[in-house]
Amino acid sequence: MKVSKKYYTCDSQEKCQILESGLQLSPVTIAYETFGKLNSDGNNAILICHAFSGDSHVASVYEDAPEDTAPGWWDFMVGPTKGIDTDIYFVVCCNILGSCMGSTGPGSINPATKKPYGLDFPMVTIGDMVNSQKQVLDYLGVKKLHSVIGGSVGGMQALEWCVRYPEMIRSAIPIATTMRHSALAIAFNEVARQAIMVDPHWNKGDYYHNPGPDLGLAVARMIGHVTYLSDEAMRRKFGRKLQDKEDFSFNFEANFQVESYLRYQGSKFAKRFDANSVLYITKAADYFDLADNVNTEESLQDLQGSHSKFLVISYTSDWLYPTYQAKELVQALKRTGQDVSFCEIEADCGHDAFLIPDPRLSKLIGGFLNGIENS
Amino acid sequence: MELKTPEQLRFDLSIIASWIKPGSRVLDLGCGHGDLLDWLKKHKGIQGTGIEQDKEKAAGCISRGLSVLQGDLKDEVLDYPDGCFDVVILSQTLQQVYQPDVLLKSLARIGEQVIVSFPNFSHYSIRLQLLFRGQAPKNRQLPYSWYDTPNIRVITLADFRKFSKNVGYTIVKECAINSHDQDRNGTIVSLFSNLLATYGVFLIEKTQTVSK
Repeated sequence: MKVSKKYYTCDSQEKCQILESGLQLSPVTIAYETFGKLNSDGNNAILICHAFSGDSHVASVYEDAPEDTAPGWWDFMVGPTKGIDTDIYFVVCCNILGSCMGSTGPGSINPATKKPYGLDFPMVTIGDMVNSQKQVLDYLGVKKLHSVIGGSVGGMQALEWCVRYPEMIRSAIPIATTMRHSALAIAFNEVARQAIMVDPHWNKGDYYHNPGPDLGLAVARMIGHVTYLSDEAMRRKFGRKLQDKEDFSFNFEANFQVESYLRYQGSKFAKRFDANSVLYITKAADYFDLADNVNTEESLQDLQGSHSKFLVISYTSDWLYPTYQAKELVQALKRTGQDVSFCEIEADCGHDAFLIPDPRLSKLIGGFLNGIENS
Repeated sequence: MELKTPEQLRFDLSIIASWIKPGSRVLDLGCGHGDLLDWLKKHKGIQGTGIEQDKEKAAGCISRGLSVLQGDLKDEVLDYPDGCFDVVILSQTLQQVYQPDVLLKSLARIGEQVIVSFPNFSHYSIRLQLLFRGQAPKNRQLPYSWYDTPNIRVITLADFRKFSKNVGYTIVKECAINSHDQDRNGTIVSLFSNLLATYGVFLIEKTQTVSK
């Protein structure tokens, strides 16, 4: 089974997307990948929503990009006979609006100026991302989602889907996610944004024809990466071990392995990701709030009367979206009368645990999907 | 997954199952591996939810397609809307609850009826052990020593009748049974139940108060 990245572009005036901010965005292109076959009723589809810096390449390898041999980011979960079984389900994964992995974002060409948008790109929300995914699913002929599944910012999208299109959703699996960012999560995102914006190469977002703010972006990723790990994981992986050294060098080179690792992760990320996309997507995650209708139009209270099944999963060592936040989500779902399951998984690898092959997660998701009656 | 026939359900669970109306909304507190919920879902078409503290067991239940929340039942029962369930089941769990009165009162809010089962501490084998050996008794239903038992409450059938009345319930059905923990078979005890029954199973309902 191999896959290729496809693109859906909406440029017709009547379908052009009105964003939550009230601004219009056209054209909108969404990169997506599909696995398995859609049945004739269009109701065996599963939408997988990727996390902040992910992309549509959820599983398998590209058939038409020999230079890119990496399997997708959830390859252990998605495929024939795997937790999300592509022999049974038609799996779709879209790159989110505002990203830089094939979908329209701040690095795309603004038709009005024929130059990259930069900061002229309108602010997009998790709701806007969901609406653009809905257009792709309509185009593909998907009538009903057997499940919408996502971790982290992907989990936010899954929840937003349930609130916006409850009639389309049989079930949802929000993993390592939250109904709204805590001050801690907003704080980390703000540090990441500031790291980018203080880099002189950022140039108020207008850098696409010059060297970009790679250093700021790398620092942003370093802080992000720390939040995806955990105290235990870092202790186990690095401890105080030195990098290729017997002793301290008494200067500011990377002495400790953890320093070297973060520097490597930072510069690797700067090569593949657009700094402006980091600004836009982190802001969308910070604005997301399904706990009440005060600041946003949608909330989980809107689920009253709808009947989707939920499986909420959290990880013991996730300090970005700790279990207490998953429990708040579960409470809110129970109060609206939803059929909700919850499980906290013991894992020491922090927030990113859902991306690490784990037969427990595959079994949980596979069993849950199997238990959902077709309706 | 293999279907369990009524005979294969543990005897005390089969009594509970026989009291549940098809299509009911059921909450099973301390659902363990989910055997009862699974049976009720398949045979009585119930809409069931379970609560289980043990992470492995809860994950196992979800993996077999049951709706189960991993958590502490005393907290989990608080979040449901009023009258959310037709029946709440507390099977072999009451003896492990820290504040049974608080729990029973909150179950009256979320469920129309409550089914409670527990090992009977006044079974003659227990009385004889205490009388002749003078040590904390053990039997097949209560196999633990005093220092490692999860059972922090000792309850007799007579105690429960009084307790349920005190916390505002009326007993609708009561069944005293004699079975051993993993036994598929058992008998219903009709005479001298407080002495001869190993387990008690009660169906209780909130006592209707006359409005003034």
